[in-house]
Amino acid sequence: MEYNIVIGLETHAELNTDTKLFCGCSTSFGSEPNTQTCPICLGLPGVLPVINRKAFDHTLKTALALNCEINDFVNFDRKNYYYPDLPKNYQISQNHFNVGNNGSVDIIVKGEKKRIGINNVHLEEDAGKLVHPEASDAGHSLIDFNRAGVPLVEIVTNPDLRSIDDVQGYMHTLRNILQYINVSDCKMQEGSLRFEASISLCRKGAKVFGNRVEIKNLNSMKAVMKVLAYEISRQKELLDKGAQIVMETRLWDEVDGVSRRMRTKEEAHDYRYFPEPDLVPILVDKKSIDRIRETIPELSAMRRQRFTSEYLISDYEAGILTESKPLADYFEECVKLTIVSPKELSNWIINDVLRVLNEKKSHIQDFTISPKMLVDLIEMKSEIGGSIAKEVFSEMSNTGKDASSIVREKNLTPLSNAEELNFIISKIIEDNPKAIEDYGKGKKSALSFLVGQTMKITKGKANPKILIDIFREKLENNL
Amino acid sequence: MFLHELTANGIREKVKNREVSCVEVVKELFRRIKQKEALIEAYIFLDEEGALSKASEIDDKLESGKEIGLLAGIPIAIKDNISTKNIYTTCASKILENYIPPYNAFVVKKLLQEDAIIIGKTNLDEFAMGSSTENSAFHITRNPWDTESVPGGSSGGSAAAVSADMAFMALGSDTGGSVRQPASFCGNVGFKPTYGRVSRYGLIAFASSLDQIGTLTKDVFDAAMLLQVISGHDALDSTCSALDVPNYLSDINCRDNVVRIGIPREFFREGLDSEIRNALMNALEIYKKNGAVVIDLSLPHCEYAIATYCIIATAEACSNLARYDGVRYGYRSRLDDDNIVDMYSRTRAEAFGDEVKRRILLGNYVLSAGYYEAYYLKASKVRNLIKNDFDEAFTKVDCIISPTCPTPAFKIGEKILDPLEMYLSDVYTNIANLVGIPGISIPCGFTTAGLPIGMQILGKHFEEKKILQIAKLFEQETDFHLQKPKLD
Amino acid sequence: MDIDPREIDNIAKLSRIKLDDAEKVKFKNQLVHILEYVEKLNELNINNVKPIFYTSPLKNVFREDTLKPSFHRSNILNISPSHVNGFFKVPKIIE
Ligand SMILES: [Mg+2]
Ligand SMILES: [Zn+2]
Repeated sequence: MEYNIVIGLETHAELNTDTKLFCGCSTSFGSEPNTQTCPICLGLPGVLPVINRKAFDHTLKTALALNCEINDFVNFDRKNYYYPDLPKNYQISQNHFNVGNNGSVDIIVKGEKKRIGINNVHLEEDAGKLVHPEASDAGHSLIDFNRAGVPLVEIVTNPDLRSIDDVQGYMHTLRNILQYINVSDCKMQEGSLRFEASISLCRKGAKVFGNRVEIKNLNSMKAVMKVLAYEISRQKELLDKGAQIVMETRLWDEVDGVSRRMRTKEEAHDYRYFPEPDLVPILVDKKSIDRIRETIPELSAMRRQRFTSEYLISDYEAGILTESKPLADYFEECVKLTIVSPKELSNWIINDVLRVLNEKKSHIQDFTISPKMLVDLIEMKSEIGGSIAKEVFSEMSNTGKDASSIVREKNLTPLSNAEELNFIISKIIEDNPKAIEDYGKGKKSALSFLVGQTMKITKGKANPKILIDIFREKLENNL
Repeated sequence: MFLHELTANGIREKVKNREVSCVEVVKELFRRIKQKEALIEAYIFLDEEGALSKASEIDDKLESGKEIGLLAGIPIAIKDNISTKNIYTTCASKILENYIPPYNAFVVKKLLQEDAIIIGKTNLDEFAMGSSTENSAFHITRNPWDTESVPGGSSGGSAAAVSADMAFMALGSDTGGSVRQPASFCGNVGFKPTYGRVSRYGLIAFASSLDQIGTLTKDVFDAAMLLQVISGHDALDSTCSALDVPNYLSDINCRDNVVRIGIPREFFREGLDSEIRNALMNALEIYKKNGAVVIDLSLPHCEYAIATYCIIATAEACSNLARYDGVRYGYRSRLDDDNIVDMYSRTRAEAFGDEVKRRILLGNYVLSAGYYEAYYLKASKVRNLIKNDFDEAFTKVDCIISPTCPTPAFKIGEKILDPLEMYLSDVYTNIANLVGIPGISIPCGFTTAGLPIGMQILGKHFEEKKILQIAKLFEQETDFHLQKPKLD
Repeated sequence: MDIDPREIDNIAKLSRIKLDDAEKVKFKNQLVHILEYVEKLNELNINNVKPIFYTSPLKNVFREDTLKPSFHRSNILNISPSHVNGFFKVPKIIE
């Protein structure tokens, strides 16, 4: 049977502030357990929260970048539930008066533009981290509260996603936007981007949505894709058999590749939201909206378009270059530094820079070769030849040294010395009578063969332009 | 006159003039405490050693001619729901029986800055929930005027300590009358400032939108002095006002502000003890004699205050007290070897008293799915109606005077079995918390049985100074505040 | 009014307070008594009244994103019921 798929996504992104949402503890990742805690983020008796201005501004910026209507009255609520990683056993979040509502994100799926509605954008505090000792007989769990109180922006879509491709497109676009506006580093491996999905299936043509299943704690985009694929086939199978989908919350089991029931609708949490009395409301006026709006840079969709028209590169290339803001910035920095064509720069970045970054699993922000260094190398290329240039590039990426010093140190200066070259060339002509004959018969490819042989012997040190000239001269004379 | 009978300001003068050393004051006070504490049981924890060492520190300061703080040498008691670094802070609850905070409340920091001497932590109803101090997990406190009666609550320990001359002044907290009601029962001056006048940082929350730290003192001047020290902005409390703190001590004898006194007729109806009514009428005569105009007014929604308070206070409380779960601090059930949900439920069942449980249950009930609109939201709307009553009243009057409580101190055990009856004893006080305005209770007479009667003066937001002046006038015209319970 | 026994179970669960049968009856009766009193609020017509949650006029209170030293871990762990290797230790979490 054919089904319509309806998916909604909640995204939690850790905001890149220096301190937590309500206290001055550090938000940095990877410290010893419980060393970034204080009475406030541990919820000791008598402590009170005070809002981190930057976290609020970042949330406002996110809401604006996602085209939300900004509420002029913003307020926090308590979300009450017990969990040992939640120090106060309530989370300070927003429910009634979010920062932004009714936004949208445009995504491109299979070449087509699609608009995904954003229900709301709000600010809340993160919980701590639980550690479950491996031994199955360990009768205890451990808690590290370093993450407790880290500011999170939560972005909730309308149920507008209709396929896994939609979801993938949305997640990529959203991450791209969050990185572009520099509110979150979106480091999946550090858990700074997390998802919850809700999915329902209904028969094609049916008027009402099917029963919804929620899936919690998805710590990567991959997990989202996997669990949704699993859920779609699980639910299809059930519906095909005429069974009902149970409204419930499920958890994704990464190891076994299945989702499992966490709680049914009847066991669902009753969060008992009410306005947080320890914080006062925030009034957002036009001035502060304008101030934040000014800090939002050109987003990738716009930039991609501009790259194709301004730099005459293909949409495909522009897409790759604008995938991350630092990469697009890197490219534009290079463009500014040289008269080398943007197209050639783009080739280098896409083919060489990204390959190295991929191999090193590193980011452009941490790349050893600065735009200036790359441009210097490319400008040297006509002189040293393409293959030496690639060798120099790889050396640069390993050592961080600039091109000219590598060329000098490794004695990679091309063999333009005519005497030495003449000797090699004479030898090659001697060894390849067949090619000489072919050339004489007008087979121009024979020249490329001979140049190639020379490059092999000189290990690419010869300047191919000069080589061609010498060969031509010699062969013409021979004839 | 014994040293311990002096007011805080009296001690301060003596210390400043080097008539007596701080160490002598502390020693004399602990002599008194050792005599009377067994009978009154005002304290949960006494810190004689700490007090003596702080006293000699201040003596050294005096000796070397260094500048001294406003409360230099004054031994002060602190309600045990205010966080004191390295000193037990229990909230009179088994759940915090062994809890030693690693930080000081804002007000404690201020006291220490001004050279006050902390002598100990006073008893209260568990987590400040109650009006009699009978809900303490440790022991009850007795009213120094009649040791068969309650001292009021929840700041009963602080009120009793001041009344029995076992502290020169004390801090309390007032969520629905918890400073003013015990002050009334024990014959002290009890002041609840405007919500936001004093930082709540370090006050262990009961109901966040109602809680406010207040003072219990022997007279109005001492109240002004203590209020001066603890008031003011604190960056750690978002609800704390940044408004300047006026000088409460200068012009405290000024009578210009004693002009229009509002008398809410709803507060003088059935349920009001006739002796209390008479004391109030006499008090009003004194004001009239001094040029005040007494204006009859109506606060029509005040009869809904207790119901409103029950919902808002318990809703906030159930959430505030969720953190006591045996994970990070405090009591944990010893039968904690299976799973965490059972550990939570047993920990809280074993370590909370009945009144706390009742309020947590009620709070969760009114907030639970399907009931929010019917209870919490409705109460928050009625709260607005009550606030409007006051806004309206304050366009016609400068202050509102009423009894602090409908009855004098009641007997120990008399109301403990009827929670609702107990809540109703806050009928005149909890409106100030719902609206956020300041209020004071001062002694205005005695019953024939010799129990103190309190008069409440409520003022506009941040008009503490005016209230103090109005109270001070009455004190100058009467000697109720000079009476002492016969404890010998 | 009355409160269903299942509702008392639910409230006790939300409150994380274990109640025995006698306590359930006792608290139920007390809650009913108080809630009946609270029904007084139904006398009022509040349809057009705005709720207030705050009595303070304050708005827009922020702190700057400035680091403050955290607490020394031992000061925090020392007041905990149970800890090991720098972690807080709790009974097994089952869900
Ligand atoms: Mg959330
Ligand atoms: Zn912290």
